[in-house]
Amino acid sequence: MTGGALAAGRRPFTRRVFGPESAVWRLDVVMLVAVAALLVLGSLLVWSSTRTWAPGSTGLLWKHLLNQVIGVALCLAVAMTDYRAVRAYAPVVYLVSLVGLGLVLTPLGATINGSHSWILLGGGFAVQPSEFAKVGLVLITSMLLAQPVEGTDRPRGLDVLLALVAAGITLVLVMLQPDLGTALVLAAVTASAMIISGVRKRLIALFTLIGAAGIFCVFFFDVLEPYQVARFTAFVDPSVDPRGVGYNSTQSLIAIGSGQLFGKGLLGGGQTTGRFVPEQHTDFIFTVAGEEFGFLGSVTLVALLGLVLLRGLWIARHCKDRFGTLMAGTIVCWFTFQMFVNVGMTIGIMPITGLPLPFVSYGGTSTFANLIGVGLLQAIHVRQRAFG
Amino acid sequence: MNRMRTRLLVVQVLVLVLLAALAVRLWQVQVVRGPEFVNRATETRTRTVIVPAVRGQILDSSGRPLVRNKSRLVVSVDRNRLVRMRDSGVKVLGKLSEVLSRPVSQLQRRITPCGPDVPKPCWTGSPYQPVPLDEKVDTREALQILEQQEKFPAVSAEIQAIREYPLGEAGAQMFGYLSPVTEAELEKRVGLKATFSGVDLAGRDGLEYFYDEELRGKAGIRRVQVDRMGKPLGVEKEVPSVAGHHLVTSIDARIQAVTERALQKAMKSAPAADGGAAVVLDARTSRVLAMSSAPGYNPSVWAGGISARTYRHLLSEKSGKPLTSRAINGQFAPGSTFKVSSVASMLRAGYPLDGQYSCPGSVMIGDRAFNGFRGIPLGTLTLHTALVKSCDTIFYKAAYDQYLKDGGRTPKKHVAEVFANTARKFGFGAPTGVDLPGESHGRIPDRRWKKETWALTSGENCKRAQTGYPEVKDGARAAFLKRLAHENCAEGFILRPGDSANFSIGQGDVLVTPLQLARAYAALVTDGKVRSPRIGWAMVRPDGKVVKTIPVPVVGRLPVTEKERRYIKNALSQVPSDGTAAGAFAGFPMDQVAIGGKTGTAEVWGKQDTSWFASFAPTRNPRFVVVVMVSQGGFGAETAAPAAREIYEGIFGIKRPAAVRDGKPVSELPTFRPDGTVVPG
Repeated sequence: MTGGALAAGRRPFTRRVFGPESAVWRLDVVMLVAVAALLVLGSLLVWSSTRTWAPGSTGLLWKHLLNQVIGVALCLAVAMTDYRAVRAYAPVVYLVSLVGLGLVLTPLGATINGSHSWILLGGGFAVQPSEFAKVGLVLITSMLLAQPVEGTDRPRGLDVLLALVAAGITLVLVMLQPDLGTALVLAAVTASAMIISGVRKRLIALFTLIGAAGIFCVFFFDVLEPYQVARFTAFVDPSVDPRGVGYNSTQSLIAIGSGQLFGKGLLGGGQTTGRFVPEQHTDFIFTVAGEEFGFLGSVTLVALLGLVLLRGLWIARHCKDRFGTLMAGTIVCWFTFQMFVNVGMTIGIMPITGLPLPFVSYGGTSTFANLIGVGLLQAIHVRQRAFG
Repeated sequence: MNRMRTRLLVVQVLVLVLLAALAVRLWQVQVVRGPEFVNRATETRTRTVIVPAVRGQILDSSGRPLVRNKSRLVVSVDRNRLVRMRDSGVKVLGKLSEVLSRPVSQLQRRITPCGPDVPKPCWTGSPYQPVPLDEKVDTREALQILEQQEKFPAVSAEIQAIREYPLGEAGAQMFGYLSPVTEAELEKRVGLKATFSGVDLAGRDGLEYFYDEELRGKAGIRRVQVDRMGKPLGVEKEVPSVAGHHLVTSIDARIQAVTERALQKAMKSAPAADGGAAVVLDARTSRVLAMSSAPGYNPSVWAGGISARTYRHLLSEKSGKPLTSRAINGQFAPGSTFKVSSVASMLRAGYPLDGQYSCPGSVMIGDRAFNGFRGIPLGTLTLHTALVKSCDTIFYKAAYDQYLKDGGRTPKKHVAEVFANTARKFGFGAPTGVDLPGESHGRIPDRRWKKETWALTSGENCKRAQTGYPEVKDGARAAFLKRLAHENCAEGFILRPGDSANFSIGQGDVLVTPLQLARAYAALVTDGKVRSPRIGWAMVRPDGKVVKTIPVPVVGRLPVTEKERRYIKNALSQVPSDGTAAGAFAGFPMDQVAIGGKTGTAEVWGKQDTSWFASFAPTRNPRFVVVVMVSQGGFGAETAAPAAREIYEGIFGIKRPAAVRDGKPVSELPTFRPDGTVVPG
């Protein structure tokens, strides 16, 4: 917090944003271009996969573009803020996200596509608080774990405990919906924050053990819904019930595989047009990419995602304070986990869980959350060069 | 900070590994296994619908339909898809039973393939074929099913063309029928499998079988893209079907109808009659103008699938095996109608055409006396009179003399066998080659045939010669059978004197089919050329273009000169007015149309005689040959000849409208308009 920043705050808004010292000119262009490309690809795929059934020849394209515009605005707004100020508001954001999750469990919550994770806003709009919960959890864990024990680079035991409690509350609320996919992301976020922040390996091993025991209990005491167990069984052997739970994975493999090297061209995918893969504009949107853009297209998509991730890690490494580094690293892990599980389940190397593909899948709240994540990364990046 | 950076490095490695894993897996799925998934995608995404071609019609010589198509709505169930459903299709059948108002249990039974433990009604067809559940659905019921395909998966209601027979029973055996293609046939007939629609019918028997390829046309293929609910999204590929050709036949629908009626009447007039046939040929061309076989049946029983019960009934002894065409499969001793061949044999053996022959009441053949008809001597006759009065003893003696010339019981090395060889040249003993499947050979019992038959039967005969017939109650009869077995065992390979005599008057072991006899008479009364009769005349494309004219091949010549032919023809011309058929033709206006012919009464051991009449008209310049045969019909003059008379009355319009113009068969193919309809002549 130097005088420069305060001085900048006093200048008029337009000069602040577009003036020669504006943070806008210091944004990481590589990541922005990659994200922009993913957004464009995403809107094409949403168009292709929804035009056959949603009203109008453009399907959900316009709604998706509107979501993207809002998301980009949020992204830039976050990028312009000082992330260290964000740190101060982390508990607020976290608590708001908990309230959101709580509201879902009240009569305000709504069930869409079988998952009770929505709050209807009217006018055809709805939010998914569990997506914001990811952001909230990233912020609160980063805030707690960034503060080291004096003279060391390990977080304090109390903070670790508090982080676990914070994560636990979120997790429980999400599992009450129930939303296994998001819960797994939240667990991954917590775990990666722990690891990056420098928690002792012994402690990490202990947590892993407890986690494993927890998973065992989940199976043993039938906490999971039968369909969730069935999805895991089907993942191990999709041919068990090809018309039931194995259907999704079989059909998405067929769609992606039939794209071959060059794909069938945008709007040319017969499997997509025939809607053989369910949820193909949201969780299974990668199958559309696989079928219509082929290996080259889908690898490009994965590469673009990879670019965002690696760029995020680069930002993390070049950040000079623990909070920025930890938050950037945790955001990258969130994206990585979600991307890998999502793409992996469509090509049969991960079990099927309901997770959107970052920046690509249709869905307002997830687009907002992902772009806020990018905004946070940019905010960290911008402040390094400015104040380094 | 350093620890954090180190751990971030670990994260980076992990990220790179995961990205690489995705890329490798994508390569494997999309590039390595890509073609496999392309196939599976096509399988799930498209349904190939075979579009059956419209089957060609069978028309008569004036273009009148003999067999045509009409469309009907048929509801069928794809059992294969049904059983693969979660509840084995119970729900679908339940809904279907509501629409069709039939109990579910009945539908369930109808679609179960027949087996040793499965009682009727069950599905007799191929398990791969959609089972027609209801052939008599109305449009409302069909629409209920068609409009809610998602509610009725595996059920289809489609318009199916079925055969219709404007002439009813007439010519049923000749036209043949259609029935679903069986799996064995699919394997056997290349090209059929690719275009098998599941409701495909193949021609069975008759013209439908013989001209199946041409009539069938080429099925089209429509590959429809569907979504996951099976809802069609569009046509991906379409190969239109090519309609089958129409078969124009030489059959004259009116003559066919007249013939059918005459035969029915003849069957009724003879109390013991168990089968009959009538054939009308164009005398000059040997094209078939009408062909009937009794008992008949209504071929519409095949339309839309025959029930197992009806099918069994059609095959049974009790129904008189109406599927068998007696015109080409009925093999009977021809009786005196065969004498035309025997006269020719005598001429070839050197007997003079203008000779005088004595016709005693009986002659000694070997050690047995052979009687003429009722043993009445007819005095000295010319061959002409011998034919008119149907003297037997002249032919006995001539045949026996030839038999002795060949060495009698101990044949010479090279036997002339004049009688048998002449008969062969008349076309007997071999299929005529008519364009119908499964034609019988008939039989010329010569010395070689005797030997071959003996080789096949001597084992049983020789055993019986020893053991006798203890199971036969009647002692005298058992003794007779034992003697016969002994005789057949010891010398069954020898052509006996009696065999030769019987042969000369068309009795004994000689067998002919009505069609064989008809074409022999056609050759005899016209140009002496033996032809292979044809029913098919031309193949005509649906747009009316004649694709192919079917020729009538000449397959032989009668072994008689023109003078001899005319002599025999003249003799036969007198039979209906003065000879054995005079009674049957009493009152027939011979001055308008003179009929020639020969009656035949063949004895069948243990049965009533076979009644024959082989004839032609007009005698001066024959245009028609009519052969009528009634099994167990009694005398030729009493059953077959009146039937033939009725046919002629119909053809020439005696006391009724004529079936033909100017007393001639139709000689020009009908002309078709470009839309395929026939220009009325």
